[in-house]
Amino acid sequence: MLSRLPVAALKSQSAIGASRSAFSALKTRATSQVRFTSSSSASSAKLESLFTSRASLISAALFSAGSIAWYTHLYGSLPFVGEVHANSLADDGLHPAAYPWSHKGLFDSFDHSSIRRGFQVYQEVCAACHSLDRIAWRNLVGVSHTADEARLLAEDVEYTDGPDDKGEMFQRPGKLSDYLPSPYPNEEAARAGNSGALPPDLSLIIKARHGGADYVFSLLTGYIDPPAGVEIREGMNYNPYFPGGAISMARVLWDNLVEYEDGTPATTSQMAKDVVTFLNWAAEPEHDERKKMGIKAVILFSALFAVSIGVKRFKWTVIKNRKIFYNPPKDLNH
Amino acid sequence: MAFANAFYNTIAKRNSVFVTSIFAGAFAFNVGFDVAVTNFWDRWNQGKQWKDIRSRYVEEGSDS
Repeated sequence: MLSRLPVAALKSQSAIGASRSAFSALKTRATSQVRFTSSSSASSAKLESLFTSRASLISAALFSAGSIAWYTHLYGSLPFVGEVHANSLADDGLHPAAYPWSHKGLFDSFDHSSIRRGFQVYQEVCAACHSLDRIAWRNLVGVSHTADEARLLAEDVEYTDGPDDKGEMFQRPGKLSDYLPSPYPNEEAARAGNSGALPPDLSLIIKARHGGADYVFSLLTGYIDPPAGVEIREGMNYNPYFPGGAISMARVLWDNLVEYEDGTPATTSQMAKDVVTFLNWAAEPEHDERKKMGIKAVILFSALFAVSIGVKRFKWTVIKNRKIFYNPPKDLNH
Repeated sequence: MAFANAFYNTIAKRNSVFVTSIFAGAFAFNVGFDVAVTNFWDRWNQGKQWKDIRSRYVEEGSDS
């Protein structure tokens, strides 16, 4: 800026307060000598009034108060502000560790021999109390059992069918199209058999719980004695992963509870891993096909995206590379 | 340029040939792409899928 100042402007100033008066001199002289492209002085004054006016102050205050209120309404508490709660984190259940499931990765399918072992664990252990309503015997075919094996499994169960010619219901052995049997005829019977607690249906349990497979695995293997000061009522059990800590289900998985046909040692964690893999399949039967389709979709859509970028650049080259010339008018008397 | 000329003369000159080649190319690409992805998938998940363990359980003469 100073370089633009005419020498006369500096000469007329005294040494003390030179900069301030030089600035005012610049302002006064600049208006007469320099032509600005637009009326910047007027717009900057407008801008200044916009930032300092009372109305903008009030509206900014209202905006911040409103966004804070909106945030607290949405999320319940403000970030970076300490809070004190009467309940402890243990009341929400211990956070499960992230386990390296064999189907965890983007390209990983289910381990189907694990699904088969898990079905065995479900049938021999869990099925005593928990139903699996949404899985039929036919769903096991081609996933963990052959059709003949699934038929044999279904035939072990008696289903009520009918009515027959005389209008009566009859019992028949199961078919592939039958759904897995429920341990209790209805919810009331299930509650009555479990001192008031309803064993949830396990078809979608992996999707239905926070933490998914990690949570169910932690729950199955996480039974411990209650710590000092924690009182567990009669008939309840302590499990730190269960919200509240007191769960009606007792620990059911003990070492060598089942005998795997493929010779895998049936430790508690092995059985829990297998049954959780099986339940994960039950909740997401489409899992393998979905991931395979996802690979295809990502490849194709990223290729199409690259093509669209290339086409855009091609179409825009003319506009991007053109030059605009401006020939000022010859007549300067304007 | 030689390739472009050959491409134009053999494929793009007649619309009937052009459309047919697009349909045939889409079909061939779909098959090839599916085979490639399935190969990768099977190699990545070796021993985990049902078709890898099916031989242990299937009996002779059964339909599954």
